[in-house]
Amino acid sequence: MTPTVVLPVIIGVLYAAGVYLLLDRSLTRVLLGFLLLGNATNLLLLSAGGPSGLAPILGYAEPEEMSDSLPQALILTAIVITFGIAAFVLAIIYRSWRLVRQEVIEVDEEDRRIARRSDTDADDIDPDDLAPEDRPAMHADTFAADNEVERSLARQYSGIASDDVDLPPTQRRKR
Amino acid sequence: MIRVLTPLPVLLPLLGAAAALLVGGRHPRIQRTLSVLVLSAVLTVSVVLLVLADADGADAISVGGWPVPLGVVLVVDRLSALMLVVAATVALGVLVFAVGQGAADGDEETPISIFHPTFLVLIAGVANAFLAGDLFNLYVGFEILLTASYVLLTLGGSAARIRAGITYIIVSLLSSILFLAAIGLVYAATGTVNMAQLAGRLAELPEGTQLLLQSMLLIAFSIKAAVFPLSAWLPDSYPTAPAPVTAVFAGLLTKVGVYAIIRTQTLLFPGGALDQVLMWAALATMVVGILGAVAQTDIRRILSFTLVSHIGYMVFGISLASTAGLAGAIFYVVHHIAIQTTLFLVAGLVERQGGSTGVDRLGGLATASPLLAILYFVPAMNLAGIPPFSGFIGKLGLLEAGIADGGWLPLVLVAGGAVTSLLTLLAISRVWSRAFWRPPAQAPEADTFDAAAADAGPDLAPGPLPDPADEEQPADEKEAAGRGAGTRAEARRAAWERHTAVATATTPVTDGLGEDDGRERPLRPLPRVMVASTAAMVVVTVGLTLVAGPLYGIAERAAADLRDRTPYVSAVFGGEEVP
Repeated sequence: MTPTVVLPVIIGVLYAAGVYLLLDRSLTRVLLGFLLLGNATNLLLLSAGGPSGLAPILGYAEPEEMSDSLPQALILTAIVITFGIAAFVLAIIYRSWRLVRQEVIEVDEEDRRIARRSDTDADDIDPDDLAPEDRPAMHADTFAADNEVERSLARQYSGIASDDVDLPPTQRRKR
Repeated sequence: MIRVLTPLPVLLPLLGAAAALLVGGRHPRIQRTLSVLVLSAVLTVSVVLLVLADADGADAISVGGWPVPLGVVLVVDRLSALMLVVAATVALGVLVFAVGQGAADGDEETPISIFHPTFLVLIAGVANAFLAGDLFNLYVGFEILLTASYVLLTLGGSAARIRAGITYIIVSLLSSILFLAAIGLVYAATGTVNMAQLAGRLAELPEGTQLLLQSMLLIAFSIKAAVFPLSAWLPDSYPTAPAPVTAVFAGLLTKVGVYAIIRTQTLLFPGGALDQVLMWAALATMVVGILGAVAQTDIRRILSFTLVSHIGYMVFGISLASTAGLAGAIFYVVHHIAIQTTLFLVAGLVERQGGSTGVDRLGGLATASPLLAILYFVPAMNLAGIPPFSGFIGKLGLLEAGIADGGWLPLVLVAGGAVTSLLTLLAISRVWSRAFWRPPAQAPEADTFDAAAADAGPDLAPGPLPDPADEEQPADEKEAAGRGAGTRAEARRAAWERHTAVATATTPVTDGLGEDDGRERPLRPLPRVMVASTAAMVVVTVGLTLVAGPLYGIAERAAADLRDRTPYVSAVFGGEEVP
C-alpha cells in the first residue's frame, strides 16, 4: 500500500480556506470556515491512522489487512461534536440577525470608550481645563452664570435655542 | 472503593442534567432541589476521592472493561482529586447563588429551566477533563464544558450577550480545532492517545517532533487558560454574562486549561523544552493583565483582568519545573478558583444593590450595605495577597520557589509577581474607595455620557459631563442633590442632556452593562439566599487560610507525584509492563 499525496494536499487546502473564512467578519463565513477546519482536522486524524486497509470488521478481513479503527472512532466523535456546535452557531447567527438585522461581529463599545479616555478618570479632570460651559455648577472659577452658558451655547449652535430643543429624550441610537 | 467512585463525578451531573431537563420548567422547585442535591453528592464523592487518593495514591479504571491502552481510562491522583473537590465546592456555591437570584428575579434574566441542566453538564465536562486519562477524553471533556458554556454565556440571547458570546465561541472553537489536530499528530507519531503510554513513547520521538507537538498542545491549552498573548478574548466575553455564570466561568474554566498545561508539562513533556517561553508568557500575562485591570472602571472587567493576570502566577509555578514551583502553582490554583468565583458573586450583589458595576456610577455602598462591604473587602484583600490570607501564602510559595531556582529569569518573574500583587491591591482598593467608601453624591456618572460621545464619533465628543451634584456644594445641598431633590441641579442636568443631544445628535444610551439610573433607584434589599451563598463562599476562602497547612501538604505531595510520573503511569497499567 503506497502512501497517497492526495490526502495531505486536500488537508492543506481545507486548512487554508478554513483559516481565510474564519478571519471574515460575517458570521456565516466564520461558520463555514469552522466546518472546513473541522473536516480538515478529521482528515488529518484519518491519515494519522496509517495506510488504508480493509474495513476493521472481524470475519470480514484478517487483522493484518485492516485499517486502524481507533482514528475512525475518534473522527466519529469529533464529527458529532462539530455537528452539534455548528447547529448552535447557526442558532446564534439567526439570533444575531433577529437582533440587529446583520450578522457581523460588532465593534466593542467598551474598548472604544477606553481608547478615547485620554484623561483616564473623570475624578482627575481639572475643572479649570474645561471650557466655561463645561465646568460644574458652583465651581469657584465658573463666573459663567446660566445665562452666559446659554449665550455661549447659542453661539456654538446658532439657530437652536438650547432650552427649547425638543428631541425625544430616549431615542435609541440608530445602528 | 476508589474505582467505584471514580466515574461518579462525571456520571452524576450528566444524569442529573437529564433529570433536570425532564422535570423542566413545570416544577422549578423540584429542579432546583435536584441540582443542588446532585452537586452536593458530587462534592461528597470528590472529598472521599481526595482522602482515598491522598492515603493510597493514584488509581485508575478503564470504562467499559476494555483493556487499558485501548479503552477510555479515568485516573484519580492527588491533583485531579484536589481539583474535583474545589470545582464541586464552587459549583455548589454558585448554584445556590443562582437559585437565589432566579427566585428573586422571577426567572426573567436566566431561564432557569435551561440553566440548571446546562450548569450540570458544565460540571460534568469539568470533572471529565480532570479525570481524563487519555488525550481524546480530555478533548471530549473540554468540548462538553465548552458547549455548555456557550449556552450559559448567551443565556437569554440579548444583543450584548450574543456579541460577547460570538467572540468567545469562535476563539474556543479555534483552540478546540488546534487541540484536535494536535491529538491527530500525536497519534500519528506514537500510535496512542493514552497519556500514561504517551509519557513513555513521546520521549522516544525526535526532538523537533516533540517540540512541535508540545507547542501545539500548549497553544491550545493556553487559549483556554487565557495566557497572554492568547488572553484577549476573556475580558471581552465574561463581563456580560449573568453573575453566577461569570463567577463559575472565572473560577473553573480557565483553571481547566491550567490543569491541562500542568499535565502537558509534567506527564507528557517533562524535558522542560519550553519552560523559558512559558516564563516569558507568565511574566507578560501577569503584567499586561494587571495593567488592564488598573485601566478599567467596571468592577466585572477589573475582576476579569485580574483573573487573566493571576493566571500568570500559576504558569510561573509550572514553568519553574521544580516540586516547590508546582506545589505553589497547585495551591494557587485552588486559592484562585475559590477567590475569583467569590469576587464575581460579590460583583453580582453589587450590581443588584447599586444598579451598576461601573465604579464611576457607584458610591456609598459601605453605608448602604455594610454586609456587602465586608463580603467584598475580605476576598479582595485575599486576592491582593495581604498577609494572613491564602493569597499571600500561595504567592509567597511561588516567589520562594522562584528565588530557590536561582536563574536570572525566575528572579525577574519574582519581581514581576511582586509588582503585580501591588497593582492588584491598587485596582482592588480603587473599587473599594469609589464604590464602597465615598459618599454616593460624589460619583461623577460621567461614563455614560462619555460613551454616548464616543459612540457619536471623534469630532463631536463634548468631553465628560460634570455632575451637577458634585463639587463644592455645601453638605446639605449635596445631600439634597443626592436624594434627587435638588431641583436646580436637576434642571441643569436636563439642560446638559439636551445640550449633548444637540451636540451629538444622539442621546445617551446605556451600555448594556447596567442601568445608569443607579442612584435614583430605591435600594432593594438583597435576596437572602444570594447573600448567604456569597457569605458561605467568603467563609470558604477564609477557611482555605485556616487549612493552608494540610492543603499545602497535599499540593506538595501532588507536585512530587507529578514530577515522579511513575505513580500515574503505574496506576493506569496496574504495575504491568507498559507496552
